[in-house]
Amino acid sequence: MEELLPLFPEQASSLAASVDALYFFVIGVSVFFSVLIAGSLIYFFVRYRRREASQVGSPVHGSVVLEIAWTVIPLAITMVMFGWGAKVFFSLSRPPAGATEFYVVAKQWMWKFQHPEGRREINELHVPLGVPIKLTMTSEDVIHSFFVPAFRVKADVLPGRYSTVWFAATRPGRYHLFCAEYCGAEHSRMGGWVTVMEPSEYERWLAGESPRRTLVATGEEIFSQRACNTCHRPDTEVRGPSLIGLVGKQVRLTGGRKLIADETYIRESILNPGAKVVAGYEPIMPTFQGQLSEEELVQLLSYIKSLGKSAGGESAR
Amino acid sequence: MASTSHPVLAHQFESLEQQRASTSLGMWVFLVTEIMFFGGLFTVYIVYRPLYGEAFAAASHHLDIGLGGINTAVLILSSFTMAMAVRSAQLGRRGPLAVFLVLTMLLGLTFLGIKGVEYRHKFEEHLIPGSDFRFTGVDPRHAQLFFSLYFAMTGMHALHMIIGVGVLGWLLVLTRRGRISAEQYDVVECTGLYWHFVDIVWIFLFPLLYLIGRH
Amino acid sequence: MKNTAAAPDYLNANYGIWSWLLTTDHKRIAILYLISVTFFFFLGGFFAVLLRLELLTPAGDLVQADTYNRLFTMHGVVMVFFFLIPVIPAVLGNFLVPLMIGARDLAFPKINLASWYIYTVGGLVTFWAILNGGVDTGWTFYTPFSTTFSNTYVIATGLGIFITGFSSIFTGLNFIVTIHRLRAPGLTWFRLPLFIWAHYATSLVMILGTPVITITIVLVALERAFHIGIFDPALGGDPLLFQHLFWFYSHPAVYIMVLPAMGVVSELVAAFARKRIFGYEFVAYASIAIAVLGFLVWGHHMFVSGQSVYAATVFSVLSMFVAIPSAVKVFNWTATLYRGSISYQTPLLYALGFIGLFTIGGLTGLVVATLGVDVHVHDTYFVVAHFHYIMVGGTIMAYLGGLHYWWPKMTGKLYPEFWAKLSAMIIFIGFNLTFFPQFVLGYLGMPRRYHAYPEEFQVLHVLSSAGASILGVGYLIPMVYFAWSMRYGKRCEPNPWGAVGLEWEAASPPPPHNFDQIPVVSGGPYDYADKRNRGG
Repeated sequence: MEELLPLFPEQASSLAASVDALYFFVIGVSVFFSVLIAGSLIYFFVRYRRREASQVGSPVHGSVVLEIAWTVIPLAITMVMFGWGAKVFFSLSRPPAGATEFYVVAKQWMWKFQHPEGRREINELHVPLGVPIKLTMTSEDVIHSFFVPAFRVKADVLPGRYSTVWFAATRPGRYHLFCAEYCGAEHSRMGGWVTVMEPSEYERWLAGESPRRTLVATGEEIFSQRACNTCHRPDTEVRGPSLIGLVGKQVRLTGGRKLIADETYIRESILNPGAKVVAGYEPIMPTFQGQLSEEELVQLLSYIKSLGKSAGGESAR
Repeated sequence: MASTSHPVLAHQFESLEQQRASTSLGMWVFLVTEIMFFGGLFTVYIVYRPLYGEAFAAASHHLDIGLGGINTAVLILSSFTMAMAVRSAQLGRRGPLAVFLVLTMLLGLTFLGIKGVEYRHKFEEHLIPGSDFRFTGVDPRHAQLFFSLYFAMTGMHALHMIIGVGVLGWLLVLTRRGRISAEQYDVVECTGLYWHFVDIVWIFLFPLLYLIGRH
Repeated sequence: MKNTAAAPDYLNANYGIWSWLLTTDHKRIAILYLISVTFFFFLGGFFAVLLRLELLTPAGDLVQADTYNRLFTMHGVVMVFFFLIPVIPAVLGNFLVPLMIGARDLAFPKINLASWYIYTVGGLVTFWAILNGGVDTGWTFYTPFSTTFSNTYVIATGLGIFITGFSSIFTGLNFIVTIHRLRAPGLTWFRLPLFIWAHYATSLVMILGTPVITITIVLVALERAFHIGIFDPALGGDPLLFQHLFWFYSHPAVYIMVLPAMGVVSELVAAFARKRIFGYEFVAYASIAIAVLGFLVWGHHMFVSGQSVYAATVFSVLSMFVAIPSAVKVFNWTATLYRGSISYQTPLLYALGFIGLFTIGGLTGLVVATLGVDVHVHDTYFVVAHFHYIMVGGTIMAYLGGLHYWWPKMTGKLYPEFWAKLSAMIIFIGFNLTFFPQFVLGYLGMPRRYHAYPEEFQVLHVLSSAGASILGVGYLIPMVYFAWSMRYGKRCEPNPWGAVGLEWEAASPPPPHNFDQIPVVSGGPYDYADKRNRGG
């Protein structure tokens, strides 16, 4: 029966229960007021039906007390919904520190996943149980949206920038992955499965393929192949700023504007380096527009992000 | 010279005063919609300018500040002549009304002519967004965005000017037919409001588009 | 006050197609709109039928994916822009606003006619685009899909919507000036019927919001035609900027759809309980509050879009605020029934249906406004159910209720009460069967705009499609009997309901000039107690 007529999704992530609890609260309030209103309507409808043709209603026109009551009470209830909702939302939006980083490139009409250990998957994502996992995602074409109902997570995946989603799976199993932002002809079929495995099983699965280089190592190779390292050097910043510890750092651009360097900024600076030049530098960086795929870009990104950590947190200027 | 026409009261109104007040309110409401319309374009500008200030400044320097300045003066002058036209209508002076309407039209056409010259220059310099766009500078993509906004905003403005000039022509016809009088000059007043609005839009457009990063 | 039987009414004062196509009589223009919106309603409904047929089975086997995408897009475009936004203001508003305020016409009758022509031209352009294959971007035409990737008639459809937008603007402009300047002597603001307050508030939204979608469509068209990068990141643009601009109009647009409906419901409840609306001033203020607050919440459509967490928080709390005035109205309508004199007539059935279904729709709006839950239900059938409860369970029910209530005023004929009650029941049952399962589907994770879906969702989809077939039948029946009543309906007196309101003091149907003498108003609205004292 459950399979024929499911009424509720499984809870398979650390936050699913808190989302459901919040949902039940809001639905509970909704049911209460719906029943209250419907019940009152039906009751009055019957009780005060017109008995003779010329009868009019009695001149009961209003009550300021009631108006205040039914303004303030719903306001208070909705503020609870808002506050609780914001709290859950912040948890959903903020991956815990140290979450394992996966990269996702979406395109019409498939999902491409990159494990940090180097393994790649298409439309299937294997993850270990209990480990917080952060997905950094971008699209090659139009807006998509990464949605796993059992985890209660969703985030739009945009071209030209990175968005993130995180979860910690709490139940082994196979869960639907859907694209949740209309993206063209095969939108309905742009889905797949997230398979949650016990950690030991996951290790076995990872090792199952012939040894691959990690994402960071692949990125490092691109970094030197494309000669990025000729200007972005750890020993001198004459030609290009150092990239060590860049992500999350505040950067000052020519013209005085400041911003926090994030993944999207790094990607833009590779593809359109003239757009946001760091103060004190000439705009001499060549553009790599059309030369790097989104997957290569996330590999580079992964490498650049690792620079801050491997240098022991040392950050230049 | 006083007018000889009698004011016409439309059937839905009870008095000329009600008619005048309604027409005036209607025009103001319409201008509010125009503010929201141009507001959308200004919003796009306001979002992109801080993000790509360099590119915008570099692109802006390709605009002809001299011609833009002249156009600004032309429009401000035309608002003056338009105001004089409204005043003439208010006083029932058909002769001066016609003169000021013609002057305003000429100034409007001058504006459009200069705009046309500017557009032609941009075409010759390959600065019209699209497949033929060429920009030597650090961020051609966002320079193109600037020009897209430039053409969209000044284009919309020019379209409103063209309509305005057309309406002025129609007002001229009405004046000659004696249909405007001191008792009924609603159309002139409404046109005046419209014309001033279009002028104010330009007052905002000019510094935002032409004067970026100029010292 | 009553016209003699010999005096012509607005329907038979002139004959011939040109007397209709060149009319400036607001009542005739309302009838012209009635014909146009009914056409678009059934066109949009036809697309819905095909959608629900496809969704009977999990596989995409009735139509191809590409076709399905065009179907749901055209269903949305037609229903939103060519039915829901204009329907009540253009049909009931145009007919009733002058009558309710004791005026002979709207302030600008020619602009009113122009408004209808603009609407029709825009509709025909869009219809032409549909006949040529339509659009497949979703009615929300998000970029860069709509500007760079779609291979369909985006610009043509956009042009149709662009044109029709001016119709909305002109209607709003006309109502605002009319309500400000053409009220009968003695008719102060707080003596106005709530229908007028509702249309005033709606008009504010129409004139402030519509121009923004107008310019957005222009920018989308420019980007699509010239490949400039306003919204496409591949060309340097920002897709989120499109979403902000789009929703800045499209959220207030839903208040354009619901505020007039609420105005109708106020009139129906007052008339069929024969009582002044409880808390009249609060309901009036609530309309204005909804219009204003409605402009501040657009970002709640973008909670998972990539906008900042802080922006999302602001939009969530504001969205909670906008729910309150609607709740106030629901409580006031319900309280109006207390100690009323309630007559069991079709219009009231629709009004009660509205109150119940709008309550459910509005409360589920709180679910989607709650950030933590919206992450899960965004872009699922939960949202689809939410907005259909309000637009179909709400607006369309109110429209039907109003159409039944004022049908005698508009045509001088009565519709058959038995069939009217029956179809109201059928619609209510069909509606709930169609859309309630969709709440369940949504929370289960069934995404929107899906052509094919996992098998476990089938039973719920079958229930929904079954409901849709019932709902469809429910909508067809009134078409038949309304048309029937034009010819064979019982002739009625000017005020068959014994209702209070200036529109009921004119003949049914009214003469072209509405009133022989402009009435002078000395009392408040819904003065039923006074009516009883006067033996009316």
